[in-house]
Amino acid sequence: MNVPRIHFERRTAILVGVLVALMLGLGLLGLCYGASWAPPGKVFAVLTGSEHSVVIRDWRLPRVLAGLVFGAALGVAGAIFQNLTRNPMGSPDVIGLDAGAYTGALIALTVLSGTSAQLAVGSVAGGLVVAAAIYLLSLETGFSGLRLVVIGIAVNAMVTAVNSWIVLRADLEVAIAAVGWSAGSLNGVGWEDLGIPFTVIAVLLALMTTRAHAMHQASLGDPIAVTTGVGLDRLRLLMVLVGVGCTATVTAVAGPIAFIALAAPQIGRRLAGAAGVPLLPAALTGAVLLQGADLLAQSLLAPVALPVGVVSTAIGGCYLIWLLTKEVRRA
Amino acid sequence: MTARLTARDITLRYGDRVVSTRLTLDIPDGAFTAIVGPNACGKSTLLSALVRLLKPHSGHVEFDGREVGAFGTKALAKQLGFLPQDPMAPDDIKVRRLVARGRYPHQSMLALWSPGDQAAVDGAMAAAGVSDLADRPVQELSGGQRQRVWMAMVLAQRTPYLLLDEPTSFLDITHQYQLLGLLARLRNEGRTVVAVLHDINQACRFADHLVAMKAGAVVAEGDPGDIVDATLIKDVFDLPSVVVPDPVTGTPMVVPTLRGE
Repeated sequence: MNVPRIHFERRTAILVGVLVALMLGLGLLGLCYGASWAPPGKVFAVLTGSEHSVVIRDWRLPRVLAGLVFGAALGVAGAIFQNLTRNPMGSPDVIGLDAGAYTGALIALTVLSGTSAQLAVGSVAGGLVVAAAIYLLSLETGFSGLRLVVIGIAVNAMVTAVNSWIVLRADLEVAIAAVGWSAGSLNGVGWEDLGIPFTVIAVLLALMTTRAHAMHQASLGDPIAVTTGVGLDRLRLLMVLVGVGCTATVTAVAGPIAFIALAAPQIGRRLAGAAGVPLLPAALTGAVLLQGADLLAQSLLAPVALPVGVVSTAIGGCYLIWLLTKEVRRA
Repeated sequence: MTARLTARDITLRYGDRVVSTRLTLDIPDGAFTAIVGPNACGKSTLLSALVRLLKPHSGHVEFDGREVGAFGTKALAKQLGFLPQDPMAPDDIKVRRLVARGRYPHQSMLALWSPGDQAAVDGAMAAAGVSDLADRPVQELSGGQRQRVWMAMVLAQRTPYLLLDEPTSFLDITHQYQLLGLLARLRNEGRTVVAVLHDINQACRFADHLVAMKAGAVVAEGDPGDIVDATLIKDVFDLPSVVVPDPVTGTPMVVPTLRGE
């Protein structure tokens, strides 16, 4: 009787092992790769402290860690919103939460002085305002389904227009800084940018882990969720806060990196052969995708480093078109 | 007759649309209660209110004298199990995994899965006749198979109360009677069963307590043998009929007089 259970667990365990190995491999590659190639032996020596290299320790390592952690955060945010909206297209980047967080950051940058605390608060506020707007616009039809996604795409377009307008009105230096960031980029990320975001993401992910079981129970639909004991209102609020929190924290540092949140949960789900949209495969796939995309972004036109968002958008855009045609046909 | 689950003077509405006004109903303990009535008469809405999915606009639904909304969500979920009309299965879920979701109220973060859970899931699948489907993806099943899988999920919840919204829909006639027989057995084991049923004759045969509804109100309730006659059927369903004793059980059997000419 228990054989299929074990089989299921084993498939997930193998997948987790493979993804972790991929993460470490891509991470190592990220530490080796750059203007000059560092052999893995040297990288290990630097990591263990027996050798010293500013390039590896202070330039490449924070960027690699940012790629992995931010990728995981985006993957989880995507899984949360896809569970919440019960739609594989209902991810934060598609429904405008990235763009909204970016609006908040832009306002912090142009109106205020643009300290990292202001950027963080501005991003979260912007993301929450967009989430609230989508919620109000879709009150009649409920917070799930294709209609919400369509509303979100419209909101995304409007918010993106607002963002362009803010950039056009801004001072030249601010505008240039904002545009470089608007595609989503890990270029120039350093240790000083990462302390608070990593802490926030760790807290949010830990919080979500405690509610993952309830989240999957809620995927049985509202009636059964409630009558089997899920406190739906509190769960939904927490999910929105964690999802927006993760998205906004990443956006505050790296700008709106699109399509990781959209694609990672679905890829992870298919690889795990799991029911619903599980969090761990989404997180690991997100880390692999973002770190992989960042390596591509650095190497495609080297020595020019592209913003990682350009690469993730190019790949993810094709995926979105495929998904859209599939979903519209289904609806 | 004692009743732990009661509705007192409840007014139910969706937005501005009033479904029921000041309805009062006791669910007799340890009995099989069937709720019957024409389409859109408020049967499902009443059931939703009993399991706290719909908060009454006024009045109270109480369990053991306490408002259902005041219970902790898991505490009430250990008492009242509910099967809605159109439950949603997550993509790609296997039957066994779906049935296991019925154990949710008995689990906590520290105790996610216990041998007791396993026994409850196996027992529920056997009772609902879906053991041989355990490793099949739910979305590949027929409507009737799926219905029985959901039934197994609610059974795995092991609640003393079972409230079921049209549990026989999608089932062929054999499985309809098997399911009703299962519900009667559960009643014999001491559980309280409440089911919205479409077939009045099945309701009369299997239920101890019949609740007939029309336009959001309870028109009649009691032992089917005491309350079901041609007048009631005409009144509730607007259907001319004769009521004869069921040749198998002696319970009322409604035979409509309309015929194809």
